[in-house]
Amino acid sequence: MSDSVVEKEASMEAQKELLAGYFARLARARDEKRPVVYSFVPGNLVELMSALDVAPVYPEVNALQSAMRQRSGGFIREAERAGHSEDVCSYVKCDLGMLMKGNVGPTGDTIPPPDLLLLSFTGCFTFMKWFELLRDQYQCEVAMLHVPYVGDGNVTDAMRAYVVEQLQREVIPKLEKVSGKRLDLDRLSELLARSRRAEEDLAWVFHSARNRPSPIDAYFGGVYYIGPIFTSFRGSEEACRYYATLRGEVEARLTAGVGPTTPGGPLLDERFRLVVEGPPNWTSFRDFWKIFYDEGAVAVASTYTQVGGSYERGFRHDPSRPLESLADYCLSCYTNLPLPQRSRILADMVSEYEADGFVIHSVKSCNSFSAGQLHMLREVERLTGIPGGFIESDLVDARYYGQANIKNRIESYLQMLAARKRDGGSAPRPPVHLQVLP
Amino acid sequence: MKLYLGVDLGSTTSKAVLVDDQGRVVGRGITNTRSNYDVAVEIARRDAMTDARLALALRDLGADAAAVAESFWVCTDLYRLEALRQICRDTARAVPGEGPRLVPAIDLILSRLVEEAGQLFNAQARSRGSFFRDIVGARFHALAEESSQRGGLEFERVLGVYDRAILEAENQLLDVGFAEVFAAAVERALRDDVRRDQALAAGRDAAAAELDVVGFVGTGYGRARLPFPRDCIRSEILCHGLGAHAMLPRTRTVLDIGGQDTKAIQIDEVGLVTSFQMNDRCAAGCGRYLGYIADELSLGLHELGPLALTARRPARITSTCTVFAGTEIRDLLSVGEKREDVLAGLHRAIVTRAMSLLARSGGVSEELTFTGGVARNPAAVAALRDMVLAHYGARTINVHHDSIYTGALGAALFAHRGVPAVDLPDAKECKGCSA
Repeated sequence: MSDSVVEKEASMEAQKELLAGYFARLARARDEKRPVVYSFVPGNLVELMSALDVAPVYPEVNALQSAMRQRSGGFIREAERAGHSEDVCSYVKCDLGMLMKGNVGPTGDTIPPPDLLLLSFTGCFTFMKWFELLRDQYQCEVAMLHVPYVGDGNVTDAMRAYVVEQLQREVIPKLEKVSGKRLDLDRLSELLARSRRAEEDLAWVFHSARNRPSPIDAYFGGVYYIGPIFTSFRGSEEACRYYATLRGEVEARLTAGVGPTTPGGPLLDERFRLVVEGPPNWTSFRDFWKIFYDEGAVAVASTYTQVGGSYERGFRHDPSRPLESLADYCLSCYTNLPLPQRSRILADMVSEYEADGFVIHSVKSCNSFSAGQLHMLREVERLTGIPGGFIESDLVDARYYGQANIKNRIESYLQMLAARKRDGGSAPRPPVHLQVLP
Repeated sequence: MKLYLGVDLGSTTSKAVLVDDQGRVVGRGITNTRSNYDVAVEIARRDAMTDARLALALRDLGADAAAVAESFWVCTDLYRLEALRQICRDTARAVPGEGPRLVPAIDLILSRLVEEAGQLFNAQARSRGSFFRDIVGARFHALAEESSQRGGLEFERVLGVYDRAILEAENQLLDVGFAEVFAAAVERALRDDVRRDQALAAGRDAAAAELDVVGFVGTGYGRARLPFPRDCIRSEILCHGLGAHAMLPRTRTVLDIGGQDTKAIQIDEVGLVTSFQMNDRCAAGCGRYLGYIADELSLGLHELGPLALTARRPARITSTCTVFAGTEIRDLLSVGEKREDVLAGLHRAIVTRAMSLLARSGGVSEELTFTGGVARNPAAVAALRDMVLAHYGARTINVHHDSIYTGALGAALFAHRGVPAVDLPDAKECKGCSA
């Protein structure tokens, strides 16, 4: 399965080069006297970091890139030998294990230690503990941005003001301190204007899945599409060029009426349109994808591609109000939303993209986001009248991924959808709840 | 007669069901899933075809039908015993230095097995879910022990011959036709010449009957290994749903605990699946777990449930992890827990895990049907009844006497329905479906 010839789009090759260049530059950061700041993807403030010429590092991206290169297992075992439990987030253990083994990144370049840990807290409690561990290891300062949880799905002026105030009082001064420069708001606005250009193209690409056949796979292909904009390239000319190229490719497929490019070649027969919730499994990414494309199943939308920005749902950075715009960006990240809002987004996407079904991929070692996913499954079923599929594995720990089990579940789910299409099967019944015991 | 075949290749047993063009079951076959999946499926399929011919032959035999049927399956196993004897001899001869002593000892054991065939391979043994290798293995073991004590041969050497021979024997397909076995069965069962001639004529007619399999669908844990076109493969989740509906039409919830996985399935009024959940990669609490427990306690799988039902104070079990199964039992026995109490606790633990999947799939509706190999275990059924009552209130819990065939029946019914080209891949390449 994994030995098949992999077809790649030009934009994927371009992205590979972007990534390699990024890690190479990072490896030179110390020599070039560029400060290094570690941060996380959801709610990342990359334009702010770029405006102050600091080099960003994303530990969870390192983890997933290591997993795709089959290196996460060794790192995880290293962290477990040091005492971390099997149940701890596998991103965390992969990162800590990598650190213990010399901090050699996925491309073979050494990742420099941080001058600052910039914690933009957008819903994942583990991020906080992760950086506490790194702070202990590196003995460096943490800049904490507390993004309020958007409990009812509505961002208020008070929330925005609270985030902006922290940017001014806590985050920017600490970034200025490590960079040795003062923040130039005009430069920040220029960066945000470029972010906006790239965001327009990315949103167009995701919206192209409304067509039949969809010219993209918004989940398996989508994780490549979000790569530059979710990480260190937002606000750069390189990102603008990448997204213009990507849009051109998708436009060409749309005009030709062909489906997405998969590792097995162009998908010629779109038979199932799915919405997907949850991150993919990275250790067996291609095998995982193959289960879907072998059955003609295309993801027309996903929530994972919104964890680092809700561009598909309309958010754009606004260069005319830079700090407020950064605040809105953090507040609207998918990770910062409550279960009812997440369910509503899924249900809306099922309707907007005319999906046949939806699949939730629950992650074993991620307590933050897996909790409540069964509730979401039932809620989306109630809202759409369509049964959902549920699968479980992990982010970067191969021990939790069972190809036969997941294949069985996905095939069963798709056959169930096919039977519904053919015989007009019933909508899911409301669940029969357990009795409350005295 | 046009027939539709469903094959369920499970991790423990392989089942085949044939239905006619009215969707009625006309033949069933079952065997243990061995290392060679192809042989297991072929044996199950042949047994189902044989079962269908046997039903035709027995149709007009009135009071003699039961005796001839019983005799038929004993005779089938006698042919298997003869094949095993040949392989055992060859294997024994090949043992360096021991062949001349081993062959007569093995011959003696096999002769005893042939003499006892009527008791060994009766309907009661089959209803316990025992297969040829289980029945023969247990008795061979006992006879080898006797033989060793008498003849001075090492027990391990005699048993070693059997262990090698049975692997080859069970992967060999019997080269004997229906008519021949049926004739032997009649000779064995009936004394009266007139009734015997009448039965033999019915057997010849049945052997000559045209049974034409015009559609087939495969399912089960090993379905990807079946030599069927891709379009003729169905998920066992859908097949168990449809099979349970066919057996008990008011079923709305299906719990299937098989050897390798547990599935909680919700179905609608026509047997289509509306929701399901199954265990993740870890197979804790599935049938395989009970198999390990049985081995650990040197009990037959079928003995676990009845023993557990005699418990007075079920032990508290903390894990249904198959890896820790032995440790768990030894720990509890070492602190004085009774074997039956430990077993009762284990059965409750398995069902507790299944209850979680049921809740995740949408709960337990008015009528639940329990399927899969574990549904044959009375302690598992009792634990399920208790827990469903405690958590959902009064519900009808069905265990069909043919529940082991639920998946294969669903597959046969899918074959009967045909596979519409519009919804399924490569339908035009499928030669086996009835579309």
